[in-house]
Amino acid sequence: MATLYRKEHELASGARQIEVLEASDHEPFTRKLANLGMLPLKPTGIDILQVNVGKMCNQTCRHCHVDAGPDRKEIMSRATMQACLDAVQKGNIRVVDITGGAPEMNPEFRWFVEQLAALGVHVMVRSNLTIILANKKYHDLPQFFARHGVEVISSLPHYSRLRTDAQRGEGVFEKSIKALQMLNEAGYGREDSGLHLNLVYNPSGALLPPAQASLQRDFKERLLRQHGVVFNNLFVITNMPISRFLDYLLKSGNYEKYMEELIANFNPLAVESVMCRNLLSVGWDGRLYDCDFNQMLDLPAAGVSHIADFDAAQLMARSIKLGQHCYGCTAGSGSSCGGEIV
Amino acid sequence: MSKPYYIEEDLKKFGQISEFQPELGKKFFDWYNAVFEEGALTQREKALIALAVAHAIQCPYCIDAYTRSSLEKGADEEQMMEAIHVASAIRGGASLVHGVQMMNKTKDLTL
Repeated sequence: MATLYRKEHELASGARQIEVLEASDHEPFTRKLANLGMLPLKPTGIDILQVNVGKMCNQTCRHCHVDAGPDRKEIMSRATMQACLDAVQKGNIRVVDITGGAPEMNPEFRWFVEQLAALGVHVMVRSNLTIILANKKYHDLPQFFARHGVEVISSLPHYSRLRTDAQRGEGVFEKSIKALQMLNEAGYGREDSGLHLNLVYNPSGALLPPAQASLQRDFKERLLRQHGVVFNNLFVITNMPISRFLDYLLKSGNYEKYMEELIANFNPLAVESVMCRNLLSVGWDGRLYDCDFNQMLDLPAAGVSHIADFDAAQLMARSIKLGQHCYGCTAGSGSSCGGEIV
Repeated sequence: MSKPYYIEEDLKKFGQISEFQPELGKKFFDWYNAVFEEGALTQREKALIALAVAHAIQCPYCIDAYTRSSLEKGADEEQMMEAIHVASAIRGGASLVHGVQMMNKTKDLTL
């Protein structure tokens, strides 16, 4: 499957996506917040630096908000990674969340992880699992992660092959299970190892996610019984109505209903803890955003535009940029890169 | 074209049944919501039971609602179809088990 970018699809443009989202008659997200007295939405801290090291990926998942794929060549340079390391020290940021694409495909990935680990920072890597089996040079990733105490966070849409392959591509389930077994062998997901392996569930369709605790029990039971796989936590996230998932919603005729569903389930409590309030997102080229979703919509953070110019005080004074897509993070129990937030 | 008996949009109006009898309507919905909360059975298991019953009673509204609900609660196609087979087996079995009655009667009536 080619990316929207490769197909020169109109939704490859962030501006066009915003136009589509704003064209509907739904109540503006900003008005919803204004009515609650929560506008402008301000940061509560810069606790996590989420670094998107590139859009290159070995998979082309149908819901991907990054529009990542093998045909994307945008990846972060070592110089930009160095600017991230400088910002981490300057801002005393204790958690760095590395995402992509498949972050491991960036040739500077291991160097970056090593530098972060040397700083004593908690490193999270969003690994798609199949990359571990994609090439011999990636086979030792579980040991590399373990050596640096990296927290591994991996998408697995379902404990069954059917749902996983439908969303992430033919054969992905089998490879994901094999990769999980390799991570388990390296100590990941085992209670006493201190090596955390967390899985991410997102609905495979125009549906809201279920309660995290309940689904986690199902995942744990089925993965252990059928594949001998163990993991720590399941993060349940909502699909954002942007990029490829927006394309799916429009093509399948589910767009209006999905937005209505998100809005009907708007939860003011979730606004308190949305991830954009304590996270700063860095794009492959060093540009700064309030979150990975704003990054994909080309909505830059206010105040400071590049990681090389990192200034915590200035960033803390900014107002977070909002749009109709934000309903995705505030529906039901809320949604973040760490799952439910309420 | 004639108006169909079942209109998809009517499902959204289910709550309006309280309009004609608020007290009983409220009691029903309070109970209904409590039934589907996580308990000794998970929400996924309850959604699958509801899906199976929906097929047994052949309620189009319930089939729509609990197909969505089953997927939302994390069930997959295989689980959903197995649930429907359970409902169908009970329906089919319920007819077939009456065959014993037919056999008894036949034996009563024949040489």
